Amino acid sequence: MSKQFLRVIKIAGKYKFWMLLASVTGFLTIGSSIGLMMTSAYIIAKAALHPSIAELQVGIVGVRFFGIARGVFRYAERYISHEITFKLLARFRVWFYDSIYPLFPSKLGKYRSADLLTRIVDDVENLEHIYVRVIAPPFVALLVLILMLVLFESFNLLYATIIIIFFLLAGVGVPLFSYFASKNIGTKLVLLQSRMNELIVDQIQGLPELLVFGQVESFNNEFDKTQKEFYSLQKKNAKISGATEALIGLLMSFAVITILYSAIPNVTNGLLDGVYLSVLVLGTMASFEALLPLPVAVQFLEQSNKSASRIFELTDTAKPSFPNTKEQPEPNDYSIKLKSVSFKYSGSNVVYDKLNLFIPQNKLTAIVGASGTGKSTLVNLITRFWDYDDGEIYIGNKNLRDFSPAGIAKIVSVVPQRTHLFNLSIKENIRFANPAATDEQIYNAAELANIHEFVLTLPNKYDELVGEQGLKLSGGERRRIALARAFVRNSPVLILDEPTADLDQFNEEKIMNNLHKLSQTHTVLIITHRLRHLNKAGIIYVMDKGQIVESGTHEKLMEQKGYYFTMLNLEKDLVV
Amino acid sequence: MHVDKRLIKLAHNYRLTASISILSDLFAAFLTIAQAFYLSMIIDSVFLRSKSLNDVSNLIFILILVSVLKSLFIWLGQNSANKLAVNIKSNLRQKLTRHIFKLGPSYTKGEKSGEITNTVFNGIEKLEAYFSQFLPQLFLSALIPLLILIIVFPVDLLTGVVFLVTAPLIPVFMILIGKIAESMNRKQWKILNLMSGYFLDVIQGLATIKLFGRQRDIRKKIELVSDSFRISTMKVLRIAFLSALVLEILSTISIAIVAVEIGLRLLHGNLEFRQALFILILAPEFYLPLRQLGARYHAGMEGVSAAESIFKILKEPVKISSGKNTFNPGLAKNIKVEFQNVSFSYNNTKEAVKNLSFTLNPGTVTALVGKSGSGKTTTANLLLKFIENSTGKIIVNGMDLKTLSRNDWLKFVTWIPQNPYLFHESIKYNLQLAKPGATEEEIIDAARKADIHNFINSLAYGYETIVGERGARLSGGQAQRIALARAFLKNSPLIILDEPTANLDPQTELRLLRNIEMLTKNKTVLMIAHRLNTIKKADSILVYSNGEIVESGNYNELIELNGYFTKLIKSYSGEDE
Repeated sequence: MSKQFLRVIKIAGKYKFWMLLASVTGFLTIGSSIGLMMTSAYIIAKAALHPSIAELQVGIVGVRFFGIARGVFRYAERYISHEITFKLLARFRVWFYDSIYPLFPSKLGKYRSADLLTRIVDDVENLEHIYVRVIAPPFVALLVLILMLVLFESFNLLYATIIIIFFLLAGVGVPLFSYFASKNIGTKLVLLQSRMNELIVDQIQGLPELLVFGQVESFNNEFDKTQKEFYSLQKKNAKISGATEALIGLLMSFAVITILYSAIPNVTNGLLDGVYLSVLVLGTMASFEALLPLPVAVQFLEQSNKSASRIFELTDTAKPSFPNTKEQPEPNDYSIKLKSVSFKYSGSNVVYDKLNLFIPQNKLTAIVGASGTGKSTLVNLITRFWDYDDGEIYIGNKNLRDFSPAGIAKIVSVVPQRTHLFNLSIKENIRFANPAATDEQIYNAAELANIHEFVLTLPNKYDELVGEQGLKLSGGERRRIALARAFVRNSPVLILDEPTADLDQFNEEKIMNNLHKLSQTHTVLIITHRLRHLNKAGIIYVMDKGQIVESGTHEKLMEQKGYYFTMLNLEKDLVV
Repeated sequence: MHVDKRLIKLAHNYRLTASISILSDLFAAFLTIAQAFYLSMIIDSVFLRSKSLNDVSNLIFILILVSVLKSLFIWLGQNSANKLAVNIKSNLRQKLTRHIFKLGPSYTKGEKSGEITNTVFNGIEKLEAYFSQFLPQLFLSALIPLLILIIVFPVDLLTGVVFLVTAPLIPVFMILIGKIAESMNRKQWKILNLMSGYFLDVIQGLATIKLFGRQRDIRKKIELVSDSFRISTMKVLRIAFLSALVLEILSTISIAIVAVEIGLRLLHGNLEFRQALFILILAPEFYLPLRQLGARYHAGMEGVSAAESIFKILKEPVKISSGKNTFNPGLAKNIKVEFQNVSFSYNNTKEAVKNLSFTLNPGTVTALVGKSGSGKTTTANLLLKFIENSTGKIIVNGMDLKTLSRNDWLKFVTWIPQNPYLFHESIKYNLQLAKPGATEEEIIDAARKADIHNFINSLAYGYETIVGERGARLSGGQAQRIALARAFLKNSPLIILDEPTANLDPQTELRLLRNIEMLTKNKTVLMIAHRLNTIKKADSILVYSNGEIVESGNYNELIELNGYFTKLIKSYSGEDE
């Protein structure tokens, strides 16, 4: 058992009482079967000797009791183990959330993108079955073994020994065999499965290209080849899992035969009452029910181990250290100043090398440039999502490093380039930014974002649900709700990354005007590659490859006939 | 019961494998009966007839043989069931991918693409359990009890009657409770999905949560949501589990009844011990297949619902006629295209393009101009044979496009879309696609012309870099330049082009535009144009509005007309210069 798995158990440990209870009921379920079969065997063996009916009475009561008990215990076991599954799920989710929240996004490596993070959520959900599929089966089997030992030892130590041997063979030997036999296949299967998925994505999304380049046939060949390989491995795997099932059955038969073989002489020489011969045989047969889920448990153990190691690999990253102070620095004004800031994302090229920048208070500042030149990184640094490597950033007279991310969130409102709307109503999505906002304030913010009128046309108005990822709305509508969400907080600093992406001419103009008005009382920073409507900006910075190459007002930059001028002309050339 | 006729039909093609699987299981069942027979013989001999180990050693030997054989048949049965499932899956997936090719890009694009991808892999894999577990079990749960009945009836009539009476109760109860449980199950799944959905929403919205400092509230909500879902789900399950309870009790009580019944008759000397023991050992085996069916019922249901989406795709009619004629551009290798009153609608409702009539002449650039959704892309798709016109004709060099084989026609067409797709292969593969067998020099030359060679060279593995792996996710602008390089490699007489608009830095952008001009020289070009400069240079302009060509001519003619085109251009270029 790996270290990771033990850690998972530790997290799940909160529910050990419940798990114990479920295992005991699981054990009692199988125990009842054993009881039923042994008592039944006893009744008929005893009856064969034609005693008085009174001697069978206890057995008959026992048979009825076990018959009903099995059903009841089964019910209890299923009920409790589902309860546990749900509790574990909640526990793992909260634990996972708590673990990655402080790491997000700078410490999450490649998982900082939502798509990849989604994949690891599957791993978290995998762990919910850890009790039912991994912990319970061996535990129940162990309890059944103990019961069998107690029962059989009362007849003869030899029978108990036979049971131990066959339980070990079927419960440990067979799962180990299946583990080692399928170990390599499993890894290859995973690889081939992802290759299959790649090919399917290639076909569906690259369909036009495949057609245009006449690649249909060669694609089909490659696909068939991969699929054939995939399925030949799957067949191999199925052979092994089929073999484990057959093996457990065979071991059961052999256990019965061995018991017979060693008990028959005892019956002959009078050491064992012949009545019990069938009792022992049927008891042995019934007890093997406990061993059937074990090979599957091993497979799940492996799977859970992989999930656990992926999760821990992520959560074990050192947490970034932030000031522990409850005190929130109070800057004398809300301008933002970067003093020779250097930064690079780990494992990639330098974004900023000694960048200097001043974003004045109560003005509209714009940072413009082509995509991929490092504009958006500025947002990541100011929000403290990432920590800069060198240099200083100030808000007013206070160093940014004296703020915690939560403290920064209080004074800075951001509309990120990729907005996320929760699967809630429009009102709840806007209020998300400011739980204390009144309805009135929400409507005002929506008007500023030019979405209020649109919302009123919806059947449920502000209570309309936006759907998963807000997909019931168009891109432009989502963008405007994200804007309203930032406006409703009325924080002193507003940073908007591509605020007018997905917006039409009309909305773009209105919102730019509103932003301009807001900038008279707030620090407003717009990051954009669209240059029209910037003529009212207080100052425009042109960024190229992480450097400010030009700055000034629109008029000044137009006169310079440099980078900005060329960019704007290219943009104007774009008509439809 | 969930016996989908279409799925059974699939299994029908593999009758042999399916029969082997079921026959093996039947043999195994038969051997189980034999096991019970010999076991009861042995025990009887020792217990009541005072036989020694030596006397029964022959029987024990047979028992060993029977046990080994039984395990072998179980193994064989499982293997054949799996083989059946694998054959069906692989065949069905092949059919599915072939059919998707026939349906073409207009079927797979957009929001549906995720769903289709999921169906082609996961949907089909979900059939595994249906064919390897549920379906055989379905047969066995009818056949094995029948087999046991046939054997038990002559041995002991009364037990036979008990079996016969109780056995149908199990499926009856299963169906009865199953109906209630099914709707509850469905509710439960929905709830579960909602809960997972909420958590996923939170994880995807981490940035937003952090930006607005709502960490603690959300944590509380995760707990709350999980808790309230657990409570409501358990309420549902409390009842759903009753089905399991009833099934268990029914079969165990039946065993208990049989035990008592045969015990009492033994007592009165109406039955022999050997027979009684034989029946007792068989009793659990009689109910086992039916109980297992209950356990595999869910797998069956999943398979059926997966089949639903598979057959939905397969049922989708192919709307493109499979022309057989080959296209011959003639010696000059020029292509002339005529659209004659062409109309098309995507789903028989509103027409996406109406009455298109125009000519594309060799050596000229025709620009399509109009708002998004006005029919420009549909026009390009028609010419690419991705879709087929419902009325009118498209004539290329005198031949009706409908009669041409798509594969053959597209050999002469270059297509540069707004969002070109790059395959999960090396960059070299992605380029070579355009000209199988292209030499290294040709590839590098094309990449140079498309202004992407330097970028490719800067990657750690150069042209061998696998797209999509470790940072080799190309930006939109880079993908467009790869597409351009492909176009240079293919060098075909007809070019269909959606003018790229990625926001690159001005120099790169200007170079990209120049490169396109170089490419399109002396070709027949259909260009969805976005730039005033391009439009000005075009030999002919088709102005689209709501699927119709409302104006046409060159730039000066259209300006002179002072109609829709002029309005369109003014509304976009914003302030005057």
